[in-house]
Amino acid sequence: MLHLFSRLVVAATLLLIFAGGLVTSTASGLSVPDWPNTYGWFMFSFPLDKMVGGIFYEHGHRLIASTVGFLMVILAVWLWRAEARPWVRRVGFVALGAVVAQGVLGGLTVLFFLPPPISIAHASLAQLVFCLTLTVATVTSQGWHEGYQRMTGSAREGDRLLMRLATLTAAAAYIQILLGATMRHTEAGLAIPDFPLAFGHLIPPHWTAKIAIHFAHRLGALTVTLLVLATAGHVLAHHRRRPSLRNPAILLLIVLGTQVTLGAYVVWTAKQFIVNSAHVANGALVLGTALVLALRTHRLFGRHARQAGSSRVNRATAAHLGVRA
Amino acid sequence: MSPRLLKGLSVPVFALALTAAACGGNAKDAAAPAAPAAPATVVDPATAAGVTGTIKLDGAVPPVTAIKMSADPICARQNKDPKSDSLVVAADGAIANVLVYVKDGLTGNFPAPATPVVLNQTGCQYTPHVFGVQVGQPLQIVNSDPTLHNVHAMPNANQEFNTGQPIQGMKFDHTFSAREVMVPFKCDVHGWMNAHAAVLDHPFFAVSGPDGKFELKGLPPGKYTLEAVHEKLGTQTLTIELAAKDAKTADFSFKAAS
Repeated sequence: MLHLFSRLVVAATLLLIFAGGLVTSTASGLSVPDWPNTYGWFMFSFPLDKMVGGIFYEHGHRLIASTVGFLMVILAVWLWRAEARPWVRRVGFVALGAVVAQGVLGGLTVLFFLPPPISIAHASLAQLVFCLTLTVATVTSQGWHEGYQRMTGSAREGDRLLMRLATLTAAAAYIQILLGATMRHTEAGLAIPDFPLAFGHLIPPHWTAKIAIHFAHRLGALTVTLLVLATAGHVLAHHRRRPSLRNPAILLLIVLGTQVTLGAYVVWTAKQFIVNSAHVANGALVLGTALVLALRTHRLFGRHARQAGSSRVNRATAAHLGVRA
Repeated sequence: MSPRLLKGLSVPVFALALTAAACGGNAKDAAAPAAPAAPATVVDPATAAGVTGTIKLDGAVPPVTAIKMSADPICARQNKDPKSDSLVVAADGAIANVLVYVKDGLTGNFPAPATPVVLNQTGCQYTPHVFGVQVGQPLQIVNSDPTLHNVHAMPNANQEFNTGQPIQGMKFDHTFSAREVMVPFKCDVHGWMNAHAAVLDHPFFAVSGPDGKFELKGLPPGKYTLEAVHEKLGTQTLTIELAAKDAKTADFSFKAAS
């Protein structure tokens, strides 16, 4: 049940990221000028019939955020009471703290008229909150508890290369999201108006700060693409019979392809707001899928997995991992 | 995943939050209010001069842009055939909503009148769309619509503000503290709503009407630079010399956007 609930929180967080994307894409961030109230109303008593224009997006985002916050409190308490592994309980509390900080950042950015540093921090922390909830969902799964061994027999010793590749891919995806958030909140999204070329050239023929930010995001996309291809290619070449790695690797290729396509359409449609928001949310999916793959590789080939493998049912290790041996 | 890795993950979360909090807001500082050091300048009506003129578009007359107000059913009901005020050009090329003001050449101190300039939100549009107000003169913003608006001013030299007016009939008073041409206003609820204000330290400004005409009255004799400002077409300047009781003409022409 705890695992199912954590999956619900993951889905709600992803919805929240999409809703946040809609707020920025429709330029509705300041349509509710006060915070934490809404036009003087207590947030939850604001009349639904007044949710018009930009308020629909901004107030809707606040309502979804409050729901996620509430779900996160339940998740942290649930983990605290039911989870044996101290580090997993800590993840729950860090996620709760992060979502509270996220709410405060959201409020500050409204009260200070959307300054880029706060808005970028708000967008970046949102992705970390998503990663934390996804981590909880991953490590509370049955597959994690079983060490992903049952489906394929014992883990192949090592494959440190895959561990490093998968971790690097997740880290690169997050850096790329930081670049995207910077581009978004400095209004550099159309600084280069054509795609795949830049002003008709491979490299922009002239430079401004916005063009540099935009181009950095494109280079970031190229880097992430190469890393995803390397990671997924490695999995499909060496671990094709291991569904716990093969499935996220295939999914990673799909969400990456979708992301690049959406990125192109963001430029071609001059930032059509649904396309733009889908690009933000799908970016979270790229990061999240890379993270799950990295977590699973660590579970399969990391130090703890090797210890568990060598002693089979080593009680001490099992207890450390939270497995009820 | 090791506990150490997770512990490491928690660090950037709070680092980000702290960094953002430390950045604080970038609410623009208001410029210091101009100290009325000199006595008020009185223009002698016997010598006061005036300028009239017409603003024309050089090029094809652009079509009128319709506004879709479906995002707010109340706006859509109130304003059956809304048109954008951003570029209003008559069939003969006359341009409305162009602010003309004395940019340079004036000396003296022209105190702000106590009478407020009223910016009304009616039919989910700003009326007037372009206006002038003096530094220190009250600006009264009124919501005449049965829906809510936020009023978001985005100046550079003055203090930015964003205030909500959820109830019909609400009023909000504001005074600007520094000269600035132009200050954009927008309603973030209704993305099509925008207005522009010229904040000046003298009363010699006018906004062209639907016939493109404007009039500057009561100017002291002197040599002036006049500037015409349009939100989409940019600015035009000209120099004019006025003798006592002169009534001169100053026409402006803007090139149509290609």
